Amino acid sequence: MSEPKFKPGQRVRIADRTPLTHHRVPAYAKGKVGTVERICGVHGDPEKYIRGPGEPMQRVYRVRIPQIELWGSYSGAPKDMLEIEIFEHWLEVAT
Amino acid sequence: MTDNEHEHDHARTFQPDHVEPTSEAARLGLALRELLIEAGHYSVDEEQAMIAAMQGASPENGAKIVAHAWTNDDYKARLLDDGANAIRELGFDLEPYEFTVMENTKTVHNVIVCTLCSCYPRSLLGMSPAWYKSSNYRARIVREPRAVLAEFGVNLSDGVEVRVHDSTAELRYMVLPERPTGTDGWSQEQLAALVTRDSLIGTQRELGGDK
Repeated sequence: MSEPKFKPGQRVRIADRTPLTHHRVPAYAKGKVGTVERICGVHGDPEKYIRGPGEPMQRVYRVRIPQIELWGSYSGAPKDMLEIEIFEHWLEVAT
Repeated sequence: MTDNEHEHDHARTFQPDHVEPTSEAARLGLALRELLIEAGHYSVDEEQAMIAAMQGASPENGAKIVAHAWTNDDYKARLLDDGANAIRELGFDLEPYEFTVMENTKTVHNVIVCTLCSCYPRSLLGMSPAWYKSSNYRARIVREPRAVLAEFGVNLSDGVEVRVHDSTAELRYMVLPERPTGTDGWSQEQLAALVTRDSLIGTQRELGGDK
């Protein structure tokens, strides 16, 4: 497996797309910007392995997103966060 | 702590009976299971062993891990750094998942959900509660976590950061609750008895002890 593309603390954007196949990115997180909280292991890419033996593998990151970034109308404290697991090919560097 | 002092909240542990499979999807599931067994992907014995192992799992496993972490700082550091390996150290088998343990502190409260389905660390903690699988909990805990937590009796000041963990891929989570004050010198068994299933999910914050 190649080196991780992203580092903890780096700002990343989650892709906003809806492939016709099974994928594990909920609609509310698509297009949102957060920071890499930690790099997790590599796991079978669900968009592909639904048709195969668990390959190819993809690195997974935990991405931390402020609640106010997710919901325009968030009523809790500004520092509240959500963390979510995202496969590497769903992430790009955000400025 | 004696058994008399141990309290259950039955409103939270109630689960409705399983219904007979009547939907198309449920029948499809049964047919798929039979085909998998017929084709030799796994045997009925293996299936029974897996069901028995899962039925043997319960929140008590999580409570033991928490009590161990509360009484051993080195272990706690390993647990937070690499949950799966630290949990295996205590003899629990977590294949095939990675496992992440989130620590509650004075200023952070963690709560776990799976919005896409209902992922839960079943091999460690047993069956998930019915409300964990409800669309109400799954939809609302990400959007208005403080309101949902308040319904569980967890009222947080704005000084406490809420961290919702959406378990969408391959990891499983458990919350490490804060050790209650007034429990200095307690044994691991006494401490483990304070830990509830809901506190491991994050829908309970305060645990018993001498307050």
